[in-house]
Amino acid sequence: MTDPVDVLIVGAGASGAAVAWSLAETRMRIVCLEQGDWMNPAEYPSSGRDWEARAFSDMSISPNRRKRDTDYPVNDANSPISVANFNAVGGSTILYAGHFPRFHPSDFRVRTLDGVADDWPINYETLEPFYAENDRMMGVSGLAGDPAYPPKESVMPPVPLGRAGTAIAKGFNKLGWHWWPSDTAIATETYDGRDRCINLGACSSGCAQGAKASTDITYWPHAVRAGVEVRTRCRVREITVNGDGRAFSGGARGGTPRMNRASGVVYYDQDGVERFQPAEVVIVACNGVGTPRLLLNSTSGRFPNGIANSSGLVGKNLMFHPYASIQGIFDEPLDGYRGPGVCIWSQEFYETDPSRGFVRGYTYEINRGRGPVATALTGMFSGRTPFGEGHHEAYRQLFSRIAGMVGICEDLPEEHNTVTLDPELTDGHGIPAPKIDYTLSENSRRMLDHAVARATEVLTAAGAKDVITEAPIGVGGWHLMGTARMGTNPERSVVNEWGRSHDVKNLFIVDGSIFVTSAGVNPTRTIQALALYIADSMKTRLANLFD
Amino acid sequence: MPDTIATDNPFSDDERRTLLALVGAVIPASEGHALPGADDADIAADIFATARPFHATVANALRHIESVATQRYDAAYTELDIATRAKLASDLSSSRFAGVGTLVTITVQCYYRDDRVMRSLGMEPRSPYPDGFEIPRGDWSLLEPVRQRGRIYKDV
Repeated sequence: MTDPVDVLIVGAGASGAAVAWSLAETRMRIVCLEQGDWMNPAEYPSSGRDWEARAFSDMSISPNRRKRDTDYPVNDANSPISVANFNAVGGSTILYAGHFPRFHPSDFRVRTLDGVADDWPINYETLEPFYAENDRMMGVSGLAGDPAYPPKESVMPPVPLGRAGTAIAKGFNKLGWHWWPSDTAIATETYDGRDRCINLGACSSGCAQGAKASTDITYWPHAVRAGVEVRTRCRVREITVNGDGRAFSGGARGGTPRMNRASGVVYYDQDGVERFQPAEVVIVACNGVGTPRLLLNSTSGRFPNGIANSSGLVGKNLMFHPYASIQGIFDEPLDGYRGPGVCIWSQEFYETDPSRGFVRGYTYEINRGRGPVATALTGMFSGRTPFGEGHHEAYRQLFSRIAGMVGICEDLPEEHNTVTLDPELTDGHGIPAPKIDYTLSENSRRMLDHAVARATEVLTAAGAKDVITEAPIGVGGWHLMGTARMGTNPERSVVNEWGRSHDVKNLFIVDGSIFVTSAGVNPTRTIQALALYIADSMKTRLANLFD
Repeated sequence: MPDTIATDNPFSDDERRTLLALVGAVIPASEGHALPGADDADIAADIFATARPFHATVANALRHIESVATQRYDAAYTELDIATRAKLASDLSSSRFAGVGTLVTITVQCYYRDDRVMRSLGMEPRSPYPDGFEIPRGDWSLLEPVRQRGRIYKDV
């Protein structure tokens, strides 16, 4: 057994970093256990000629393809969308594109506005100060004044429009539809020890320049300087409860009757040695798949179906964002392999319009272009670039001439979309792997079709002579949400309105699994704002945190 | 002894011949563009090295290719003309047979990072980092019609 700590955080990704930094000012002893490594940006793919190839191997978004020993496998055979993640200090922010929208006020009121899913127990105004705080910590670039949002400031100027952004923006203008420079977690100026973006074009394989805001270079340096300890290559197997799992009579500790408490975690250290880490507070920050996996694997006499699972909802209501990819082929050269992949967004179809045949909506994230290898594979596997004779001529019709967008569709919660423990598949430590069972809803299908059709109109208006589509993107399970949902009713939610387990009052969850609904935007900015909000809620309640 | 590639790769001579016949058909040389084919010695060496960790998958794909060549044409794949070899590679690739797609992907990855190929596309033969690239900032006055339209988010 190691020395007890005040706060134990499981996972050093987007949310674990934010909550660690925020709690550090309390001067409590805080330890974070992370199954991955600290990354070395000098070894990121953009430092080598094989930068595109490595996105298919050791820097793949798929843990099943990547197969680092710091990864765990995911059985997603029963899902049309496969899980994407990364395990390291920084988590999936190492590989995300840095597209960084906020939720909208309407996203927190889906039941009230559209009669589907549930309202959140908090609202946009609750999170607004934490969005702003997170923007400063991550360093958000953008342009104030977006009419799709309540007023918000930007820390740095937006990423360049470039040739691709210009062409597609003109397409939106021809149709009279909304577009705006994307908010991005990419530094366009030197910021907080990070250098400015130099348009490497490989954001989704890790940013060697350090311009992209992965939390290993944003929150963590500040948190570590403030005293937080990060232990890498430490894989948590289970959260334990006090004693042998019997309910703890808290009366002896100050009058709280029959309080269930987490006592710490069992984990495997970097040498594979099983250890127990006692803690006064346990915070889970393992994402919408890793968190239910850990909770479900934490069984005891008191919690035979997994800790914090009296509602039976741990692992249920899994939400991805079904993605539609719509890429245009233009006559003139655009940005190609240069520049951050993200540049502008459109939220023309974000809010519900019943005439469209679906509820809720989606964001278009405009993609600037692709590298020479991706261009060839796109052409060859879509039949536009022949094998053999004519290859080179056809390839030149695509090279630096592909630009388009993805539609990020809101996914509504459905209990039959689940994360469970695979009965056979395990990770390198013998811990059961997560199993995904997911079905694309009719609402999502209609939304994807709409996104493809409208984007085709935009790209045609922008001058595209051909359009390549894919919906849903099979490998596009970047966003993992909803599997330990937040709510005020313990029978219908896993954590309360400030992230504390209904069942175990010293157990908190701060990642995307607590989302009630998914919105139609990339979730990281909201995940981090939630983590900061929960940390703030804890700090203001320190004297009676477990009441 | 193989007469093309001298490495410690695990590929047998037969596998090497089939693979070279395949990649040279998938991306042939071009006189017009002054480009090598993917069976160029330097590019092929890169392909063999890159394919090494996937040897089992690639070898399985090569066996499948030879098998289909025999079934369809009653000939070894390496004996087919280049157009037929390319068509067979394309057919099998689109059939999603395990391994053929991997082989094509590796071929493309290695071909399009070759100095000669990158130069022919107007690229500098270098990694993106540390020099990066320039792209135009753009004209933000394009936003004027969006501004004029006004707010579009929903009140709650």
